[in-house]
Amino acid sequence: MELDPKVPSGPIEQKWSKYRFDMKLVNPANKRKYKVIVVGTGLAGGAAAATLAQLGYQVSCFCFHDSPRRAHSIAAQGGINAAKNYQGDGDSVYRLFHDTVKGGDFRSREANVYRLAELSMAIIDQCVALGVPFAREYSGYLANRSFGGAQVSRTFYARGQTGQQLLLGCYSALARQIALRQVTMHPRHEMLDLVVVDGRARGITTRNLLTGVISSHAADAIVLGTGGYGNVYYLSTNAKASNVTAIWRAYRRGALMANPCFTQIHPTCIPASGEHQSKLTLMSESLRNDGRIWVPKQAGDHRPVGEIFESDRDYFLERKYPSFGNLVPRDVASRNAKEVCDEGRGVGPGGRGVYLDFTAAIARLGQDLVRQRYGNLFEMYERITGENPYRQPMRVYPAIHYAMGGLWVDYNLMSNIEGLFVIGEANFADQGANRLGASALMQGLADGYFILPYTIGDYLARVSPADRLSPEHHAFRQTELEAADRLKKLLSAAGRRSAGSFHRELGELVWNQCGMSRSAPGLKQALARIPELREEFWQSVKVPGSGAQFNQALEHAGRIADFLEFSELMCHDALDRDESCGAHFRLEHQTTDGEALRDDEHYCHVSAWEFTGLGQPPLLHKEPLAFEYVKPTQRSYK
Amino acid sequence: MKLILKIWRQASAGEAGTLITYPVEDVSSDMSFLEVLDVLNEQLIAQGERPVAFDHDCREGICGSCGFMIDGVAHGPLRMTTVCQLFMRHFGDGATLVVEPFRARALTVVQDLVVDRGALDRIIESGGFISARTGSAPEANSILVSKEASDRAMDAAACIGCAACVAACPNASAMLFTAAKISHLGLLPQGQPERRQRVLRMVDAMYDLDFGSCSNHGECEAVCPKGISIDFIARLNRDHITAGLTSAREVIKDV
Amino acid sequence: MSSATELNRRPPDRRPGNRLAAFYRATVGKKVVMAISGVVLFVFVITHLAGNLQVFLGSEKLNAYSALLRGMPELLWPARAGLVVALVVHVIASMQLVLINRRARPVTYAVRRDIETNYAARTMAISGPLVLLYVIYHLAMFTFLVTGPGYSHTDVYRNVVLAFQMPAISGIYITAMLLLGLHLCHGLWSMLHTLGISSRRYRWLRRGLAPAVAIAITAGYISIPLAVLAGIVE
Ligand SMILES: Cc1cc2nc3c(=O)[nH]c(=O)nc-3n(C[C@H](O)[C@H](O)[C@H](O)COP(=O)(O)OP(=O)(O)OC[C@H]3O[C@@H](n4cnc5c(N)ncnc54)[C@H](O)[C@@H]3O)c2cc1C
Ligand code: HEM
Ligand code: HEM
Ligand code: SF4
Ligand code: F3S
Ligand code: FES
Repeated sequence: MELDPKVPSGPIEQKWSKYRFDMKLVNPANKRKYKVIVVGTGLAGGAAAATLAQLGYQVSCFCFHDSPRRAHSIAAQGGINAAKNYQGDGDSVYRLFHDTVKGGDFRSREANVYRLAELSMAIIDQCVALGVPFAREYSGYLANRSFGGAQVSRTFYARGQTGQQLLLGCYSALARQIALRQVTMHPRHEMLDLVVVDGRARGITTRNLLTGVISSHAADAIVLGTGGYGNVYYLSTNAKASNVTAIWRAYRRGALMANPCFTQIHPTCIPASGEHQSKLTLMSESLRNDGRIWVPKQAGDHRPVGEIFESDRDYFLERKYPSFGNLVPRDVASRNAKEVCDEGRGVGPGGRGVYLDFTAAIARLGQDLVRQRYGNLFEMYERITGENPYRQPMRVYPAIHYAMGGLWVDYNLMSNIEGLFVIGEANFADQGANRLGASALMQGLADGYFILPYTIGDYLARVSPADRLSPEHHAFRQTELEAADRLKKLLSAAGRRSAGSFHRELGELVWNQCGMSRSAPGLKQALARIPELREEFWQSVKVPGSGAQFNQALEHAGRIADFLEFSELMCHDALDRDESCGAHFRLEHQTTDGEALRDDEHYCHVSAWEFTGLGQPPLLHKEPLAFEYVKPTQRSYK
Repeated sequence: MKLILKIWRQASAGEAGTLITYPVEDVSSDMSFLEVLDVLNEQLIAQGERPVAFDHDCREGICGSCGFMIDGVAHGPLRMTTVCQLFMRHFGDGATLVVEPFRARALTVVQDLVVDRGALDRIIESGGFISARTGSAPEANSILVSKEASDRAMDAAACIGCAACVAACPNASAMLFTAAKISHLGLLPQGQPERRQRVLRMVDAMYDLDFGSCSNHGECEAVCPKGISIDFIARLNRDHITAGLTSAREVIKDV
Repeated sequence: MSSATELNRRPPDRRPGNRLAAFYRATVGKKVVMAISGVVLFVFVITHLAGNLQVFLGSEKLNAYSALLRGMPELLWPARAGLVVALVVHVIASMQLVLINRRARPVTYAVRRDIETNYAARTMAISGPLVLLYVIYHLAMFTFLVTGPGYSHTDVYRNVVLAFQMPAISGIYITAMLLLGLHLCHGLWSMLHTLGISSRRYRWLRRGLAPAVAIAITAGYISIPLAVLAGIVE
């Protein structure tokens, strides 16, 4: 298969405007004849659905949540980047572009990233117009902060609730279109499959979660904004229901999955407190600005914090990275934390944690200033752990946070399946092998508000609404039957184990073998174990209840079944990518300082995988990456 | 620790429900209330029984999915806290707790502790937005918003749409939820052009959706996990009086 | 299926064209009417108290005051009309609201604990109607003179003293005054909120002042039957 990213020609600054001029337009009078399905109401899906409806298309929008407002995007805390240069500190589109490509460790497509940086400013304008209450200065102008180690202050934020406010903004725009009946909203509907006929995406099959009814919906184009798959690791910072089903089903229907092994770890999450732990809570990276990270020097030193002398403490980040210290990038901080815990020097339950200590900061800044800066985070920590971080150091540990990989898309955000568009975290596009803080929200909204509405028009102008299939078409019936069969199989498995227990087991396996650091033997081990686990799952899972009713256990089991398939591809990709880059750290490939060692000669490409059958090795397609503007360099944080 | 949970079990909206008692052993004080339900559900599944249905997603107190009554209080005894962030260290060993779904005509029970909160979406659809077409926005810094107004708007905007206010209100009123949205948008300059129509429509929607009236009981504020203040209700009332005296309501239409 | 259709249930647009009717239709409008009529009734309760307290100044003063009022029918009748309208509107709106609120929660909780609300607030729909009963009784006694021990239209002072010398009547009055106080305890604060008079800074004041005023009014009224029973006023 020829992978054509369809990047417009010309200098990078002109590609997007050139594209918009060259693209075909749908006749305004015809727009209402086209039907578009949008799956997902996060920042990406919500923004897309609202905007497409404004343009006059008939939109059907789906989400499994009870309300579009609850998509996982709501949980983002830190902020959203934009190259506004309001602080006059030297920011520019080009700098944001440069930082993002470099941050992605040269595994993203330059043209996409440039467009993202270019559109970042319009996002802020749009959000403000919709009433997003971004933080302000006393003058009434917008405030910014620097985030995730960026050297300029380009992050816009709304207290610690940026994602929530951005999402509520686009949800309100969506609500307006629902009221105008431009959008038909289907909450509590889960997409179970994609309907592809003759290489074109024709519709989707869904289950009404309230009634259990499986039905099909046809459209002229399908948009997936279904979020990331971080929950394959069981414990992650993602919302509990985030899953891979929509993109996995599309993959099984022929869409290519790109770079699935690129998953990001966040270094400062609250550690698991025991077996019962159901998810992990992230605490803002900003904590590392003033907190010092340490563990005892001696393995097995179980003294209470207060009794560990200064000389018995190892401030390992400060020791190993004297110039960046505690502010090294996410992946470096995470890996080092894991390393010291693996050495038996971890603290807290299970030895999975490192101290994040504010004693020095409190002595230097005073408790009031520390409270001003981090008060809400400290409260959150105390609420969850019952420990007071003003008195004893916090314990933190890395956790899975974000999925850079996803369905492969071209410059138009269309996958290799005609008419299937993928936006937001669900696609692979802009973050490369590692995402910079505050750029996922930016990407989701850029895709949804400003890119897809154009590129989908270009596609629709080439197809006729008269060709739209009826949901009575046999392909739809067939897909419905298959989906129903799968559910039936789950319900009739005669086991005793809950789906959740398999999820836990799978999570632990991939976390250990395909998490923060990976190695060929470990990955092979995982690849051997996953099919067995999948087998056991179908043999001995227990899903009570019936399919003809609201059944959360069934929803859950279906998602885990897909994780059990997806995880194999993820490990496969990780094994295939025999280099380290960004968040993908192969133990075999590191510099003497323990830095990720890229292999640009062999791996400067996107790995896009094609489904060949369950249990069969997937087929690799490579999209070569060229870096004309930002020259690849080796990171160093010494 | 050990707990005795009396949980409302109801298979579907149409069927009758009842409280059923479940002893739960091995509860750790570090568990959240939802994790206790997870443990119970594991047990139920192992016994081949239908697990207790409850809505949840973020488990960080931000998505507004979770929520039910614990011993007669929406989101349980701890103030400013959703049930997903309610940890068991706040309960005594051996406690008996009654767990019921939110109740109101506008919130039908879907199953067990899951209710349909679609009515809140309908309220927002009736006017809880600023009509700003994508791409039509002016440069962000051309709209100045005083820090005070912006902070206050953010206070109101923090609502997570959990419906605890409705559940706690003796009248099953959605005033706090609605007032929060009206205040969020009404406090900002961007929200001014539609301010009057917004309040008229949203107030009507609340009534048409079978929510009760506000008698200023203040229960809503007490259980609101985001501490949304009932001062916003007074603000809604004020806006509504002005709007009612000066404007006739128009039907939502596209430009 | 019912729940699926519920989820997308959208209320029909059935607001009437008439602006006033439209305003009154939804609960928030009804509450405004409650509050405004509440203000009128409250003002009456205050002035009436001021008038009645003249009982402590002796029979001439009170009777003179009564005569003064009766001497100005052009003021008295509009005021009475306003009062009647306020009372009727208050009662009708309150009944509608009570029904709406009942309907809004068809299934009640097995266990329910209140945090912020209080007895006064919860019993508005009981204290209100009881006050209404009292007012009817009271009008029958002092205005229409159909009950009670031999009254005269000119000697209001005597009417009052004669009536309150009977412990049963005093008892009824005292109970009614307590109920009115209870109604106002929540009513006054609620009224301000309903009319949108709120400032974060002075919430404690409104919260505190409402019961204080309510108690003062109750005490003022109750002092009259108590004084008569104690023989201070005779
Ligand atoms: C704790 C946390 C903090 C973060 N903080 C930041 C930050 O500060 N800055 C930043 O830039 N990024 C941040 N991120 C990342 C960012 O929030 C996400 O990448 C982004 O919000 C994803 O948006 P989305 O629209 O692609 O998908 P989501 O918001 O995940 O939405 C997915 C939607 O798809 C629907 N859906 C999924 N599958 C199906 C299906 N099968 N059928 C029907 N519907 C389906 C869901 O209902 C949902 O509506 C954070 C992430 C986490 C976990
Ligand atoms: C002298 C007599 C009365 C006075 C001064 C009075 C005053 C008030 C006031 C100030 C309120 C608050 C309004 C608001 O919340 O906006 C109120 C509420 C109420 N009144 Fe009265 N009232 C009187 C008589 C009555 C009567 C006769 C009834 C009933 C038949 C009644 C029933 C109610 C009810 C039910 C409420 C609560 C309404 C609600 O908040 O939903 N009141 N009253
Ligand atoms: C101790 C308490 C009270 C006393 C001694 C008292 C006394 C009187 C008297 C003597 C009259 C007749 C006046 C006249 O005809 O000239 C009167 C009228 C009236 N009273 Fe009271 N009253 C008391 C409390 C109340 C209360 C609490 C209310 C209302 C809630 C009330 C409502 C009225 C009304 C509505 C009238 C008719 C007014 C009119 O004719 O215009 N009274 N009262
Ligand atoms: S106002 Fe508070 S209680 Fe009500 S929905 Fe919003 S967050 Fe929940
Ligand atoms: S509890 Fe109910 S009565 Fe009003 S103040 Fe809150 S909505
Ligand atoms: S699960 Fe999201 S608020 Fe509780």
